[in-house]
Amino acid sequence: MATTRTATVLSAGRFSAGRRARIWLAEQALVAGIVIAVFVAWEVGVSVFRVPPFVLPPPSQIVTHLVSARALLLEHTWVTASEVVIGFLLSVAIGVPLAVGIVYSRIFEKVAYTFIVPLQTIPKVALAPLVVLWFGYGLLPKVVVACLISFFPVVIASVVGFRAIEQEMLYLARSLNASEWQVFLKFRLPCALPNIFGGFKVGIGQAVVGAVVGEFIAAERGLGYLQIVSSSKLETSLLFGAVAVISLVGLVLFGVLVALERLAMPWHQPADTSGTGA
Amino acid sequence: MPGVGVHARQVSKVYATRRGERVHALDQVSLETVPGEFVSVLGPSGCGKSTMLMLIAGLILPSEGEIRVAGEPLVRPRADASMVFQRDVLLDWRSVLDNVLLPVEIKHLDRRRYRARADELLGRVGLSDFESKYPSELSGGMRQRVAICRALIQDPSLLLMDEPFGALDALTREQMSLDLQRMWAAARNSVLFITHSIEEAVFLSDRVVVMSPRPGRIVEILAVGLSRPRGAHTRTEPAFVALVDRIRNIFRAQGVLSDA
Repeated sequence: MATTRTATVLSAGRFSAGRRARIWLAEQALVAGIVIAVFVAWEVGVSVFRVPPFVLPPPSQIVTHLVSARALLLEHTWVTASEVVIGFLLSVAIGVPLAVGIVYSRIFEKVAYTFIVPLQTIPKVALAPLVVLWFGYGLLPKVVVACLISFFPVVIASVVGFRAIEQEMLYLARSLNASEWQVFLKFRLPCALPNIFGGFKVGIGQAVVGAVVGEFIAAERGLGYLQIVSSSKLETSLLFGAVAVISLVGLVLFGVLVALERLAMPWHQPADTSGTGA
Repeated sequence: MPGVGVHARQVSKVYATRRGERVHALDQVSLETVPGEFVSVLGPSGCGKSTMLMLIAGLILPSEGEIRVAGEPLVRPRADASMVFQRDVLLDWRSVLDNVLLPVEIKHLDRRRYRARADELLGRVGLSDFESKYPSELSGGMRQRVAICRALIQDPSLLLMDEPFGALDALTREQMSLDLQRMWAAARNSVLFITHSIEEAVFLSDRVVVMSPRPGRIVEILAVGLSRPRGAHTRTEPAFVALVDRIRNIFRAQGVLSDA
């Protein structure tokens, strides 16, 4: 029995390229098949149980609406995506330097955490009305909410990253009489990159949530605004379409980060992040 | 660069723990080495042998006593000394070649001048074909060889090695001893080699410093008279076996080893 199992394990590494390609193809086909089955069940279920389209439109209607309203959707997508990207970049621009300060100064760490930790316990959604009151109806309040909400994962992951360097590596740096700047640039920063990108991947998804919530509260443009409008007009298929596009925006931005991560760390084999998608 | 002598006089190191207790890592340790000598410091965990290496590296300061290297008081890590750690501490984001050239880069020296030296060092340990690989693509023994090449890139006068083969398997370890001996024979620098393996210490060294724990003290310093170059045959020589046995008896007398 034990021998047979060992034999199986050994042979796993000996699959020919053709066999491996066939296995890969079979897995992809299975996933695609399940996704298609879910949509078919949805389509059939809605018509069999006579669910009114304003409650749950069939997928075909959503797709049709997506296509016919593509110009409108594109316009609003552009608005939301800009809010997300600017908000996220702002959280990176503030968060990473803040993490550096926290790592290098104990006093700074105490002061910063005194503010950051309570801020994190407040649901950022609850701050949104205040942000609107301060910054009006334009782009700025959504950017601020997106930034506020993605800021925490970026800061924490960066702090963890900058601290991830091992003691022996610091000894190595010091034995070479490396300057503090060299230690940061040549040792600490590259050590921190995997963690920092981990924080970015969480943060970008949060930024999408922040921007859409900001649009719910006060907006004249954006996918969140489009949802509110479609909902009030009982245009449920457009509401679904907006949801699909929001998730697409998150996925695309997440994909951009994964690509940047590969570019920045060609030596790094990132952990499987599928399923962590925004 | 020819080797330099190390002179430690009455060196003690006291650490304060978090609870404010004082731990004597090293107690009144004196050691003098001559230029070009290979000296091993041998002892069980907690005998302060690593602390001693850190002190001689200039990474920590002694609580008492004085350390001189090449006759000069030690105030910071010396430019002509280099270190090898138990873990290879290679930078994952740099190729093998760039790891070896790291000290050159940190010290703002001309990279082109050292390129040939790096090729030569890597060639000598059989890693010529791996120059552009990342460390993650190498085995443990190969990684530690790269770390040793990194330490040798500037032909240090003093090579400080903190259990450099401690994380390797027994066979790789034996091969590394042979490689290190060969490289040292060519360079003739001074080596201070920390280990907890009696055989390894005797095989490599001119002298073996035996230490005991809590507080870290030197028990005995033994000269190894075995002829060089040493090889597989050395380990079966009566003089080798006798010296290993003698050191084992010292540890038995110290209570570090017991048959019961």
